[in-house]
Amino acid sequence: MANDPIHQFQIHDLAGPFHVGGYEISFTNSALFMGVIVATITGILTLASSKRALVPGRLQSVGEMWYGMIDNMVKNVLGEEGKAFFPLVFSLFSFVLVANMLGMFPYFFTVTSHVIVTISLALFVIGLVVAVGLYKHGLGWFKLFVPSGVPLAILPFISLIEIISFLSRPISLGLRLFGNMLAGHIVLKVFAGFVVSLGALGGLGFLGALAPMLMAVALTALEFLVAFLQAFVFAILTCVYLNDALHTHH
Amino acid sequence: MATTTEAAPAEGTTGESTEAEGGAHHVFPPLDSKTFPSQLFWLVIFFAALYLLMSRMVLPRIAAILEARKNQIDGDLARASALKDETEKTLQSYQKALSDARGNATDIAKTTRDKVDGDVNAKRAALDATLAEKVASAEAAVAKSKAKAMESVHDIASDTAAEIVASLTGGKVTKTALSKALADAKS
Repeated sequence: MANDPIHQFQIHDLAGPFHVGGYEISFTNSALFMGVIVATITGILTLASSKRALVPGRLQSVGEMWYGMIDNMVKNVLGEEGKAFFPLVFSLFSFVLVANMLGMFPYFFTVTSHVIVTISLALFVIGLVVAVGLYKHGLGWFKLFVPSGVPLAILPFISLIEIISFLSRPISLGLRLFGNMLAGHIVLKVFAGFVVSLGALGGLGFLGALAPMLMAVALTALEFLVAFLQAFVFAILTCVYLNDALHTHH
Repeated sequence: MATTTEAAPAEGTTGESTEAEGGAHHVFPPLDSKTFPSQLFWLVIFFAALYLLMSRMVLPRIAAILEARKNQIDGDLARASALKDETEKTLQSYQKALSDARGNATDIAKTTRDKVDGDVNAKRAALDATLAEKVASAEAAVAKSKAKAMESVHDIASDTAAEIVASLTGGKVTKTALSKALADAKS
């Protein structure tokens, strides 16, 4: 059981099963960890901002850097009009970051390793882009797919490419995060499994277990980097896509 | 769903876990569509909760801290520059007062000198005038004394002449004849 690299992705009911309108919406370990994520983010940031010190302490500095990083990102990519989207981008970044980081703890469930979660977040972002684009620019927003200054002969072709590239955004946005988290966790588990299997052989196997052991340690460091990076990429791509909705400059 | 079919043998080889979990979990868990409604439902609830907590409570708190710090720094800088301005103004007014005082001192010295000079000149002129008057009156007195002396000499001469004539000739000479003779002798 401990050797199965897939086991960590299993979802099981903690309460329920509940059924609403023919759908099963039981409170699962995934739901529990979503709650833990929200509690962790809120807890850390509330604690960080509780002292309101003029010269920030360690925790307050973390909170301010966290805030400042997303604030700068939104300002740089979206400009002043993007202020309204700051809480959303902040929530998306924090949710993905803490989900990925909590997933690094052994026996913890990684919410973002399930495709439905990442694709839903991505579809929500793209849906918001379309909604904001249509709200701001009306039907003129569709000019996004008709770049200016392109010869009429190849314009339909270019537009087709633009449309396909737009439609592939939620897929790439969601699958990138899902794939990274899934693959990282499987690889970690596989190497950790090697350590246990080889170590169990004793003698020479014990020596042989050193290589996957070092690999697992190195991969753990890499996974921490990936966990942060994927959250950052998700947030910045959200900003870039929202920029298309706010400013149609093509 | 190629992944599902790949995942199935992978689970088969790693073995017993699938059996332990019960036969229902033959699909690769992250792609098991049976768990989608539940995950979606709780994702919506918890993400909405997170968004509300962030936008209503947490982010305004941090923004307030950053804003307060920015205000404090801006206020301190403004006060510093105001104090600097004030210092410069004070320095300027001090220098102005200093140069004013210096000018005043020069003025007072000049007027005092002028006044003293005037006084001295007036007194000297008055003194000169009295001295000239005294000299003039003294000269007049001298001239008067001289004239008187000359007259006495004339009288003494005529008396002496009458005496001499009397002792020489024993005769008497009249005064008129004497005066006439003296006048003749003079011319």
